[in-house]
This record gives sequence, C-alpha cells and structure tokens, in this order.
Amino acid sequence: MRRYFARKLLIYALTFVVAVTVNWMIPRFMPGDPVAAMVARARVSQPEAVDAMRAYYNNLFGFDEPVWQQYLHFWGALLQGDFGLSIWVFPKPVADVLLDALPYTLGLMIPAVLLSWFVGNWAGALAARRKVLDNTVLPAGYLLTAMPYMWIAVILAWALGSKAGWFPISGGYSLDIQPNWSVDFAVDLLQHWVLPFLSLFLVALGGWAIGMRNMIIYELESDYSSYLSALGAPQRLIRRYAFRNAVLPQITGLALQLGVLVAGALVTEIVFAYPGLGSLILAAIQNQDFFLLQGAFLFIVIGVLIANFLIDIVYVVVDPRTRTGMAGGQS
Amino acid sequence: MGTGFRGRRIAATLAVIALAATACTGGGSSAGGPGGKGGGALPRNETLYTTGTQWGPPANYNPLHNWDHATGTKGLVYETLFHFDPNEGKLTPWLAESGSWTGDKTYELKLRPGITWSDGKPLTAKDVAYSYGLGKIEASSFHTLWSWLSDAKAVDATTVRFTFEQARYQEWDYTLYGQPVVPEHIWSKRSEKEILDGVNDKPVGSGAYTLKSHTQDRVVWQRRDDWWGVKALSMKPAPRYIVDVSNPSNEVVIGQLGQGQLDLSNNFLPGASSLIKSKKVVSYYDKPPYMLSANTAWLVPNTTRKPMNDAAFRRALADSVDVGKIVKGVYGELVKPADPTGLLPQWNQFVDQDLVAREGFAFDTAKAKQTLADAGYKDTDGDGLVENKDGSKISLKLAVPTGWTDWMEAAKVIASSAKAAGIGITTEFPDANALNEQRSKGNFDLVVNNERQLSNTPWTYYEYMFQLPVQKQQNTVNFGRYENKEAWKLVQELGGVRTDDTEGMKKVISRIQEIQLKEMPVIPLWYNGLWAQSTTGSWTNWPSDAAGAPKYAPALWRNWLEMGGFEALTQLKPAK
Repeated sequence: MRRYFARKLLIYALTFVVAVTVNWMIPRFMPGDPVAAMVARARVSQPEAVDAMRAYYNNLFGFDEPVWQQYLHFWGALLQGDFGLSIWVFPKPVADVLLDALPYTLGLMIPAVLLSWFVGNWAGALAARRKVLDNTVLPAGYLLTAMPYMWIAVILAWALGSKAGWFPISGGYSLDIQPNWSVDFAVDLLQHWVLPFLSLFLVALGGWAIGMRNMIIYELESDYSSYLSALGAPQRLIRRYAFRNAVLPQITGLALQLGVLVAGALVTEIVFAYPGLGSLILAAIQNQDFFLLQGAFLFIVIGVLIANFLIDIVYVVVDPRTRTGMAGGQS
Repeated sequence: MGTGFRGRRIAATLAVIALAATACTGGGSSAGGPGGKGGGALPRNETLYTTGTQWGPPANYNPLHNWDHATGTKGLVYETLFHFDPNEGKLTPWLAESGSWTGDKTYELKLRPGITWSDGKPLTAKDVAYSYGLGKIEASSFHTLWSWLSDAKAVDATTVRFTFEQARYQEWDYTLYGQPVVPEHIWSKRSEKEILDGVNDKPVGSGAYTLKSHTQDRVVWQRRDDWWGVKALSMKPAPRYIVDVSNPSNEVVIGQLGQGQLDLSNNFLPGASSLIKSKKVVSYYDKPPYMLSANTAWLVPNTTRKPMNDAAFRRALADSVDVGKIVKGVYGELVKPADPTGLLPQWNQFVDQDLVAREGFAFDTAKAKQTLADAGYKDTDGDGLVENKDGSKISLKLAVPTGWTDWMEAAKVIASSAKAAGIGITTEFPDANALNEQRSKGNFDLVVNNERQLSNTPWTYYEYMFQLPVQKQQNTVNFGRYENKEAWKLVQELGGVRTDDTEGMKKVISRIQEIQLKEMPVIPLWYNGLWAQSTTGSWTNWPSDAAGAPKYAPALWRNWLEMGGFEALTQLKPAK
C-alpha cells in the first residue's frame, strides 16, 4: 500500500516538475514580446521615453536577469502561490485573476461532469437490459455525443433563452444586481448557470451512456458470465458482477474528464460569456498575456494531477486487482 | 490548490468559492431604493448601464495608466484642468478658472477656489504642480512633456506657473485637457513603482463619482453629492450610479440593448443602422451617417518598400480605392467618406478648399491607370496588373486584424478596386497583436489604421503623418516610415502657433496639405463614427442633432469624457 502510493507520488512530482518547466519555457522562447506590446499600448512614441519604459517593464517582469535565474525565481514564486502579474489586467496578480474566475468554472463543470457520469452510466446500464430502452437510449446517445458543444449551446440559447425567455443567455449574473449574500442573488446566479450547464451535461451524457451500455453487453457475454449462468446463478448477481467490471473503464474516463475540466468549458463559456477560466484563456491568448496563460495552464496541470490521484485512491477501493498488486509486492 | 498558497489566498479562495467570484470593495452596502430588487440590486431608475469601452476585467484605477485603466477613472473620478468642446473648437475651463500665456514661455493658470477631493481635503495649485511633475519620472508615459516644459510651480493656493523650454502651444492645449490631476497628499507617500503601476483601487479624486465596487466584468461608480461642479458649473450628472460592463460580444450587447438592460453601447455594432431605423436604439443622427465622426481610417503604405516609395504610385493607389462602396456596402452608411486631406468634419475650417479642388483625389479608376502609366508602370506580362519599373511583379499584402469584420470587408473592397486599376493587392488577416508588432517594426506592405482621434488641433494628425526621426520601432505614429524633413519642420512650426491664431494655423496647415496631397504618405479612407447606441427605456434626452437636444458627444471612450462625454451625462433625464 505505502509503496504503491510512494511510487505514484514520485511519478506525480516528476510530471509536475516537467510540466512547470515546459510551461515556463513556452512563452519565453515563443516569438512575440509582451513588453513591446505593453509599451505600444501606452502609445508612447518618443525614442527616449520608449527605452525608459521598456527598461522599466523588463525589470518589473524580471526579463533582465539571466535565464537560469528567471527559472529559479519562477519556482520560488510559484511555491508561494505567486504566478506573476497579468499583462492584460495589469497590475493584478495572475493568481487573483484566476481565482476570481475559478468558482464559475468549477461550479459549471463539476456538477456537469459528475451528474452526466452518474445519469449516463445508469441509463446505459438500463439500456443494456431492456430492448425497448436500448432502442431509444442508443440513438439519442449517439446523437448527443456527436453534437459539437458550441452548436448545442447556441441551440439552447436560442430555444430556451431568446425564444422561450426562461433563462438569461449571457454572463454570470444580471447587470442590475451586485454579488451579495441573498436569496435574490443566488437565484439570479442559478438562472445564469442553467444553460451553460445543460449544454455541457447533455453532450457528455450521451458518451457515458453508450460507453456503459457497450461495456455491460461485453461483460455479459464474457466467460465468467456464461460460467455463472451455467452454474444457475441468479441473473441479478451476474449483472452486479458485470456492472462492477464495466464501471472500471468509466472511472478512468471520468478521471480524464475531471482533469481537463477547464478546457472542456472553454467553448461553452465563450458562447454564454460565462466569466470562468475558459473565457480567461481565450482572452489571455488574444492579448498575449503570457503570465495569465501560464497560470491557467498550471491550474489545468494541477487539476489533472489531483484528479488522477483521487482516481488512484478510488481504484484501490473498487478494483481488486490493484489491491492484490500491492499485497503481492510484484510489478 | 494545496501548493503552498498563502493564508490570505486560502481565505480569499474560500470566500470566493462560497458564493461566486466577487471583489466587493464597496463594503457590500446595498442601495435598495425604489425600483430596485433589494438585496444588492441597484435602483434601475437611478442607474446608467454602459458598455463598449472595456474588453476585459477592470484592471486598475490609476489615471496615469491611461491606456488600460477602468473606464471612467479619468473623467468620473480624476479630472483635468480643462475640457475640450469639439463643437466650438475651444477649451472650456474645468478645474481651472482660466489660463493664459503671460509671456512667450510662461503660462499662468488660475484654479477655481473651493474644490475638494473626495476625502474632504482641498485641491490646490500644489496638487496641479505635483501631478504635472510626475512626468519627470523617466518611465512615465508622459515623460516627453518635460523635454519642452521646464518647470511647474505653485505660486499661491490657486495659481500655477508653467515655464517652458520650448513653447508648443498646440500640444500644450492638448495636454491641458488630457492630463489628470491627482492629490499630492496621497500620491506623494507612494513609491515610484506604485505611482506608475499601482492599482489605486481606492481612488481619491476630485470628480463627480467615486468607485463603489467592481467585479470581474463591471465597475460601479457612485455619484458624489458634494462634488464641486454642482455649485461652480451648475452641472449635475443625472445617474446616481454608473455601471460599466465589459463587452462580452456584439451579439450579447445587441440582446441586452433589445431587453433594455443596457442604456448606452459605445462599440461598433454591425447592422446598427437597422436597429436605429427600427427605433430599437437611438443615435446622434437619425439618418446616415447616424454617428458623429471620431477618427479617420487611413490606408498606410510602407514607404520603405517599392513601389510604395514612389509618390506617383501612392497617388494612383489613392485614386483607385472605391470608398463609396465601403461606406455603403460594408458599413451600411454608418460612416462618411473622408475628405482628401483626412481632416475630420470638426476641423473643416482648416481644409484649404482651393488646394483640394486642384490637388485632391477622388475615386477614379481611369485616372489611377493614367497616373500609373505616366509614372512608367506598365503591364509587361499581360496579366492585367502593372509591374514595377524594373519589370518585377507588384504583389502587395494589405493586412488588417482578424476578427475586425468591418475592416476585413473594407480591405477586400480596397484590394478588388485596386485590381481594377491594375494594382495587385491581396488581403491577409493576422492576429491583432502580431499585426501591431509587424507594423511597429515596418514589416508590412499596407495596413489600415485609425490611431489618432479627434483633438483640439489638426496638429495631432500631422504629427501622425510626418513625425521624424523614424526609429527601429514606430509605436503610434508614422507607421509608413515616411521621411520628409520639410514637412516635419512645418509640423513643428504649426506646433508653435498659438491656438487662438486660427489664421496663422491655416497658413501653415495649407503648406502642409500641399505636401500631403502631392506625396500621399497616408491615404484617408473614411471617418469612423463615435459609436454610440442608446436605449430610451430608462434614460432619455440623449445627445442628437434634433432641435433642443444636447449636442455633446455621448461617449465614455478614453479621453472622450473630457470632450463632451461627461457633459452628456449631466443632460440625461430619467424616463417617466
């Protein structure tokens, strides 16, 4: 048990170091010059003023040090939770910009991913048992999973927002309300949350349902199922075994989904102008805000690692093969 | 999240996750007045919702960060000594009561007595001298002011004396309504870094509004009822609250205007003319061009590359562009074709009409072809496009930023009409930032640009056209790297003409225009509008050309609050 986790943690630590290093390298060795962009935005044209400003901002962002020093500083700052200053929202620290947006993304994605997973697995498992259900769930699932996020988002916005007028179609909360602790605000927040949530939920749902259905059918046709039914075991027992085996790949899938939480919401957030990390990433790219982009990617990396770690723990619980692997001490 | 965030951060995160990302700085006091939803909702009948100037979260409230501070920082909170009235073409006293040149190189300024900062302390001449003195910091964005200004001194509580190295009258007037005044008793305690780049999120200003709160996508300004202007100017901005929302997308803005959630949008909306015709929104004119003119869009040729280094070729190019097609086809007549000199309608008196009649250009494909032929550009390989004089192919790239749909369409029109005259131009649409970089380094053939806005003097336009010396990086002016010492000398001469000497200005400008029309360093295309679409559900009496309506420019764009934008706010009336 301990060895298993120690090895896992070591792998995660290595992954993290490599990811951070690559993350640090990309903007620094990419074409484009954030300081030049900054000075250009300040609309300064006289040469001596431009040089003074350039020197000042190079110093501020630490571009005037040797590269190895920049790298070490980057790590030092990172471990203190300091991601540097944003250029686009200058001079706000990147961490603050990201933390402002994080709740929106998490509030959108975590329910969408988990609910679609549970509902999808349940629907898929049912479909594998009943012909009637199979004939509806399967086509519906294929239809949903084949839909592009943005397309379903636009359709929903048009149907439930513009036409029916049930839900607002943009923003995190209304223009005429300020965030505060009140029922009014909570309701407003929820109304704005429904459409982006639905678009994510529906698309993911189809994939899970189809995956589960196919896995269950596969398991029910495997040797151990045939053996069990030959022994005369009740169908319910067989199905329970099949379900437990079928759910393992689904859990792996969930881990991957949870990991890329942020990226998944990108398009949806842009369609609904939802103020989460996805919108920020787009803005950071458009405005050459290296530091913000770096911070966002780090968030994603950290998210992927945490999600994977959680899944590792869950695996120990649900997959007996992992446990025997630990006890046996081999592999 | 557990990677050693500081405690402050964790606390912040928890607070944030608990209930949506907010950064309430207003202490969460809510004003549930009449018409409000209670619980933090602002009363609709006292609140003005604006958008179109902010494209991201409000970044800072630092008036010296004029290029990216939150909308309204300068204008609503921090004020300038004068405002500029484009209709009259005159500076109007604001914080200053009056100002005059007491010698060739001294300017004396009288402040209004009894102005207070929002913290109750008096605003004196020392604050003014201090604010202008901040330009002495090398990395400050207005450091160049001090290459021709030598001293700013408070003589007594309400008098400031400025002494000049070199009197640039035109530029000085421009500075007087552009440079914000900040309180010395607060700013002098700050480090240089904080002065230049501080967030300044508790701004203490002299203006009619204070910062109430801000979140990721909006800023809320609250009116100061003890603002000095109520007495001294008999002005009072109508909205108790102004909420400026950062622009999510055009579609969303159109939707919000339709639902009456937004009162004023200051961004370009494709199809605005149909919204105006169907009475969904109002604008300055109810017929074309619907909007006031704000700046000129220029076609900028890179004069360091051939054949753009040849004035005859540039003139032919100017003649070849079908601007009428752009105005009608691309903009639905939301813009006006530019005068051959490029000077905005507000500067009409400075256009030398005789000269334009003689030397001006207009869309004329035949004439463009003739000019090319006369200058020795021939089509030697029979593909319908002329070649360089040395026989090499002419194939120019016209670059405009991707996503700027109106400009992209305009670029296509320019390319096709140039082709009709025998000039080979193709369009390309790089990312805006990449384009800026190429432009400043001189790595381009042709771009469209509208960097310079309306101002108190055409001098700003001529600086844009002719400024020398050309540097490695051209950030804001003379992107085409056009070098003409005589023209630049004339521009400097114009800078030294007093701003009340209209005749003297006209004389110099006429000589500049003569060079301009012969040389065509940049080609004027059309006047971009001062985009402003308003709804009347909550606020009425928007500026328009109708009789009895206010004539101010209804805009919150940077530097426009001093050019009528603020005055427009004082004229609004709540809808009954």
